[in-house]
Amino acid sequence: MSDNQEKLSENDFKDPYEFGFETDIESDFAPKGLNEDVIRFISNKKNEPSWLLDWRLDAYKRWLTMTEPDWSSVRYPSIDYQDSYYYSAPKDSEKLESLDDVDPKLLETYNKLGIPLKEQEWLAGVAVDAVFDSVSVGTTFKERLKEDGVIFCSFSEAVKDYPELIKKYLGSVVPTTDNYFSTLNSAVFSDGSFVYIPPGVRCPMELSTYFRINAAGTGQFERTLVIADKDSYVSYLEGCTAPMRDEHQLHAAVVELVALEGAEIKYSTVQNWYPGDENGKGGVYNFVTKRGDCRGDNSKISWTQVETGSAITWKYPSCILRGNNSSGEFYSIAVSNNYQQVDSGTKMIHLGNNTSSRIISKGISTGNSSNTYRGLVSVHPKSKNSRNFTQCDSLLLTDSCSANTIPYIESKNYESIIEHEATSSKISEEQLFYCQQRGLDEEEAVSLIVNGFCKDVLQKLPMEFAVEAQKLLSVSLEGSVG
Amino acid sequence: MNNFLKIQNLSVKVENKKIINDLNLDIKKGEVHAIMGPNGSGKSTLSNVLAGKSGYTIIEGSVDFCGEDLISLEPNERANKGIFLAFQYPVEIPGVTNINFIKTALDSNRKFRGLDPIKPGDFLKLVKEKSEILGIPEDRLKRQLNVGFSGGEKKRNEALQLMILNPLLAILDETDSGLDVDAFKIVADTINSTRSNDNSLLVITHYQRLLERIKPDIVHIFIDGSIVESGGPELAAEIENNGFERFANA
Ligand SMILES: Nc1ncnc2c1ncn2[C@@H]1O[C@H](COP(=O)(O)OP(=O)(O)O)[C@@H](O)[C@H]1O
Ligand SMILES: [Mg+2]
Repeated sequence: MSDNQEKLSENDFKDPYEFGFETDIESDFAPKGLNEDVIRFISNKKNEPSWLLDWRLDAYKRWLTMTEPDWSSVRYPSIDYQDSYYYSAPKDSEKLESLDDVDPKLLETYNKLGIPLKEQEWLAGVAVDAVFDSVSVGTTFKERLKEDGVIFCSFSEAVKDYPELIKKYLGSVVPTTDNYFSTLNSAVFSDGSFVYIPPGVRCPMELSTYFRINAAGTGQFERTLVIADKDSYVSYLEGCTAPMRDEHQLHAAVVELVALEGAEIKYSTVQNWYPGDENGKGGVYNFVTKRGDCRGDNSKISWTQVETGSAITWKYPSCILRGNNSSGEFYSIAVSNNYQQVDSGTKMIHLGNNTSSRIISKGISTGNSSNTYRGLVSVHPKSKNSRNFTQCDSLLLTDSCSANTIPYIESKNYESIIEHEATSSKISEEQLFYCQQRGLDEEEAVSLIVNGFCKDVLQKLPMEFAVEAQKLLSVSLEGSVG
Repeated sequence: MNNFLKIQNLSVKVENKKIINDLNLDIKKGEVHAIMGPNGSGKSTLSNVLAGKSGYTIIEGSVDFCGEDLISLEPNERANKGIFLAFQYPVEIPGVTNINFIKTALDSNRKFRGLDPIKPGDFLKLVKEKSEILGIPEDRLKRQLNVGFSGGEKKRNEALQLMILNPLLAILDETDSGLDVDAFKIVADTINSTRSNDNSLLVITHYQRLLERIKPDIVHIFIDGSIVESGGPELAAEIENNGFERFANA
């Protein structure tokens, strides 16, 4: 399938220095590997102001002195950071001609999830003009948002158009030095989303990254910043249910949320990155840093997530409850199948008075997977009358999977009330048989029971997301009972 | 020939223990059979085997249902072909709403028969009508399936599903146990009202009082995994008065 267009292959990039990429600013990709020049390339490519380049370079220098964390339960072969592209890998060589070239199993999944054809092509990486309905829908929405003064744009646009906001808030929740992966992200982040809700505004619609298709290919080192100014409200949806094909194995996103006085942010994620095959080959390593800062009094941040994808998930969406009377919530469903490894949970840091946090985690493991909940509830000595409620439930579907619950509690204020409940159960033969006796086949029965198990969390998702998530749970668990 | 349910020389073991012992039972369409037997004689085992629960080994024999080999079918296939088991101990399924569960079950059944899912409006009407007859309050329909239900509430809920799914063969495993006097009457009479020439009942019970309301065509005495004697309703009366002693020594 050759045409007269010159296609680039990986061989062209064996030796970046030989290629002399510094003069190759016109090209769409940086060579393989990571060094200061690559970071300059990225920053230059985006016409970033020099302060941002410096910020990136600082992070990079810091990163060089750091080591990969090894305290979690996930195990993977060591990552060669020089064997990756940090800005738009040469995509054309990866593009497929049509859906006929796509793994039939993937197509089957798309169909089960009811994803329209055009979107299937886009998701699977078929070379199409990525113009379909949601893009134009997106623009219509943007007009409407403008009326209320809501800013919702790509991170790169925000750097250009709202530099003051970026300067003020970027890295203010997750400092560049926070952890190995967030620091790497700070150095090389590609793009992401930016949201600002002005004081007193209730964002008139759910904001979804799904409408910003132009962000395709930025999934690897995404950077998201959401700011809810005084007394504002926003609900933000991230991800989609379709397993997205991605040539990058390593993902290290950073999400920062800032809620000022009286503001509320609801952040929902449905994540289904490629989990690898039945034998544990391939799949995305997802090392995400998500943190929200309840900076003002009476503010509230709520994380809801449904995670079914990725070979490795390392993710702890957290809340810093700084303002008095602020509250944080974490609702999570994490499914692991085959050889997937999940180490996920949350951190609730109580600093202000009368702060409250609520954690509900539902882990479902099957196949040979491992699924760990790891959570920290920390109460500062000066945080009076704080309370936390934590409930962690694990459901195991096979004998060869494992589930762990590791709660850390640091209470330095004796008045605080911290409650922790944990259960671990196997899906019972009796339940399955009862459902089957009423006419459901085994998969339908499993899906019904699992959805019931997850109900408390599913209810927290925005309606249309909840329906999709339910379907996703069923599809993720197909053929998983044994 | 009126072939409905035919059990021939059936022997079943559970974990190396023989529970069903060379059992023969022939139920014709429209008939009501009762099984009475002491605790531990294998009545629930028989119900489970007919419904297709795993963990049972068929050592010998056959079970035919409407001319088909029942043993080779999956539990859900048996259910969709018209076998319903009202469980002795209905299981709790947290997070699943009672009414949603019943609709899912009915829709599975309809799908099997090539029908579309029932319209929500029609379903609501049906459920309301049947639960009213059974004295099930609406809020219980919205609760999680069997979660926190009392023994009697669970049994009534089994009866509700029976009414809605309208099976060809309903096996009632001690559905009357755990019901107070009033509930007992309601449930028994409701079940009795489902009788027709097209469907059959296999009623497992300890009590004659149930058989006074659901008059069986045949009563079987079930001891150590097989039927030791069959007869008319008078057998039930004898058991009520004298227990199983005469049969146990047989
Ligand atoms: N899963 C099982 N494992 C071992 N023994 C069992 C199992 N299920 C039933 N049994 C035994 O089989 C016998 C019959 O039980 P069951 O069918 O429940 O009797 P019934 O319903 O007549 O009271 C009992 O001795 C019981 O202990
Ligand atoms: Mg029994």
